[in-house]
Amino acid sequence: MSKLEHHGTYTPTSGVGKWIDARMPLPRLMYDSFVAYPVPRNLNYAYTFGGILSIFLVIQIVTGIVLAMHYVPDATKAFDSVEHIMRDVNSGWLMRYMHQNGAHFFFLAVYLHIFRGLYYGSYKAPRELLWILGCIIYLLMMATAFMGYVLPWGQMSFWGATVITGFFTAFPVIGVPIQELLLGGFAVGDPTLNRFFSLHYLLPFMIAGVVILHVWALHVTGQTNPTGIEVKSKTDTVPFTPYATIKDAFALILFLALYAYFVFYMPNFLGHADNYIPADPMVTPAHIVPEWYFLPFYAILRAITFDIGPITAKLGGVIAMFSAVLVLFVVPWLDTSKVRSAVYRPWYKLAFWLFVINSVFLGWLGSQPAEGVYVALAQLSTAIYFGFFLIVMPVLGLVEKPRRLPNSITEAVLERSAKTGGGSPQLGDATASADKS
Amino acid sequence: MKNLVVKLGAAAIAATVMATGAWAASAYPKNKPREQDWSFAGPFGMYDQAQLQRGLKIYAENCSACHALSRVNFRNLADLGYSDEQIKAFAANYEVEDGPDDFGDMFFRPATAADAFPSPFPNKEAARAANGGAYPPDLSLIAKARAPIRGFPAFVIDPFRNYAENGPDYIYSLLTGYKDEVPEDVSVPEGLWYNPYFASGTALAMAPPLFEGMHEFDDGTEATVSNMAKDVAAFLMWTAEPHMDERKQLGFRVMVFLLIFAALLYLSKKQVWARVEH
Repeated sequence: MSKLEHHGTYTPTSGVGKWIDARMPLPRLMYDSFVAYPVPRNLNYAYTFGGILSIFLVIQIVTGIVLAMHYVPDATKAFDSVEHIMRDVNSGWLMRYMHQNGAHFFFLAVYLHIFRGLYYGSYKAPRELLWILGCIIYLLMMATAFMGYVLPWGQMSFWGATVITGFFTAFPVIGVPIQELLLGGFAVGDPTLNRFFSLHYLLPFMIAGVVILHVWALHVTGQTNPTGIEVKSKTDTVPFTPYATIKDAFALILFLALYAYFVFYMPNFLGHADNYIPADPMVTPAHIVPEWYFLPFYAILRAITFDIGPITAKLGGVIAMFSAVLVLFVVPWLDTSKVRSAVYRPWYKLAFWLFVINSVFLGWLGSQPAEGVYVALAQLSTAIYFGFFLIVMPVLGLVEKPRRLPNSITEAVLERSAKTGGGSPQLGDATASADKS
Repeated sequence: MKNLVVKLGAAAIAATVMATGAWAASAYPKNKPREQDWSFAGPFGMYDQAQLQRGLKIYAENCSACHALSRVNFRNLADLGYSDEQIKAFAANYEVEDGPDDFGDMFFRPATAADAFPSPFPNKEAARAANGGAYPPDLSLIAKARAPIRGFPAFVIDPFRNYAENGPDYIYSLLTGYKDEVPEDVSVPEGLWYNPYFASGTALAMAPPLFEGMHEFDDGTEATVSNMAKDVAAFLMWTAEPHMDERKQLGFRVMVFLLIFAALLYLSKKQVWARVEH
């Protein structure tokens, strides 16, 4: 929808409102963005994760700022300061568990959000920049989560940092200097902890900045919808408030209830027991496993067990792992289909669900030892992962015969409600399942 | 030292980063922890103060000879139902190092409620030296630090049954799990004790610590190995997670609020959307 369409419906009524509007129309911007902003009328619950994610960013920043008031980024005191928060700070345990579990649910929501985008073709023109900005947020989230995990300075913090910064040594010439720059030395230690703390505090605000760009880009192009057809007339949309607001709020509260269940009743379920052992450079844990949200990439890293010409297996694994994230950036150009939504693409729909299952399977493989049959399975699974993006997406777009598209969103909605007897709340075409293992 | 750290780091990288992955699947513990009934299990489960008091007695009279509890202060014992006077009197049984005094000398004084449990050894090295090279870990967090991986499908089912007692189950199983008969395929090194529930090997340096009848409890609880193991495991869950009761109580109010709010939002949403086909 064009920008003009939802511009200028704001009319300040009070004197103060008019005075502000003439000087800096921030209330007008807010009104146009979150009240009058037209959204497609057929959005399902898969479209609520954007709002949920913004709330989780706020939860993480607020709890994080409070934690930083009590946390001490010093290799000899970090672990003790976290325990001080857990035991002696008023509601410190609550802040800490909210922050720790908040990271897990942040990732759960972002994976659902990304899968939704892949399912409904949300990345296709003219939303390529919107998609790329989202990929940048995801990358920043990964960096933030990794550095945050190091801060409690438990065994898994320490050894996770050792392993992950070790990735960079795989690159010839520049690898070791990069690793030493990250660590602030030759091994994980006090300088590492201090720079990670500094960056862990910085990156969320960078995420917030990119989120603003992401929302801006969204509000220029407008949202996609389950049909993938662009908004054509006024009947295709409803105003953001109250329609989207109330639906987003309901989904948010349900998601928060799930989050609260883990915070209050199983706060350590998603973490590693080893991280309650203070970091000890002399003792390597039996298993060094990343958090669940990194497991698929961990499996890809370890799947490359063979040299490819001058590229060693180690470098190959690191390249494959980084490529697994970076491939998302070019998805808008890999998908050659003229039809946006998987709803009208039977083969793509099948491929998508296989991709989701494969991603979860990769995550499970990431938690298993890299030996025996697991290596072969991880290689197969990695091939499927990249095959989806590099082969299925371009080829399917050319050869697949999509189903007939409705002429407009309104027509699609009325067609369906005629079928179901009208007025019944839709059950949502699909919500992607979590990439959890 | 630095060199060693670098080498260890390099070894860890080699072991885990290299896709050739020499990540030996840990076969331990050989036996999964046996699940027990805990007063603090489930969404409404709370600590049993009498049990924690018995656990404290066992810790103070047995475990504390080798194991520190340095993250617990005497004042925390109020959670176990003790009065300020009782805590003061209990703390006074311990000596802590303080100082320097006006002459620059360190001195010992009786502990107060504000002090932490004094550790049995001045440092790790001394602890190792006194225990044949094995370090008896600080027990403050042990109930959260020892939770054997549940594996599939247990980890999927656990959230549905709200199972979060992996740690105390492990401690109980370890304390009651010593076996005199060693299977033929297991070799137990000299000076170690076979225990198939041990998290990181077949045998550990700690001799079976509990014996039938070694304690007398004021509340008449029979001092069986099983009872004592359970009491001390519950006590260690408390030392690891002292705010669990508060957490679950607050959690209940939060869940009730969120579910009622969700119901109201759902009805409002239905009302709002009734105006448009969607």
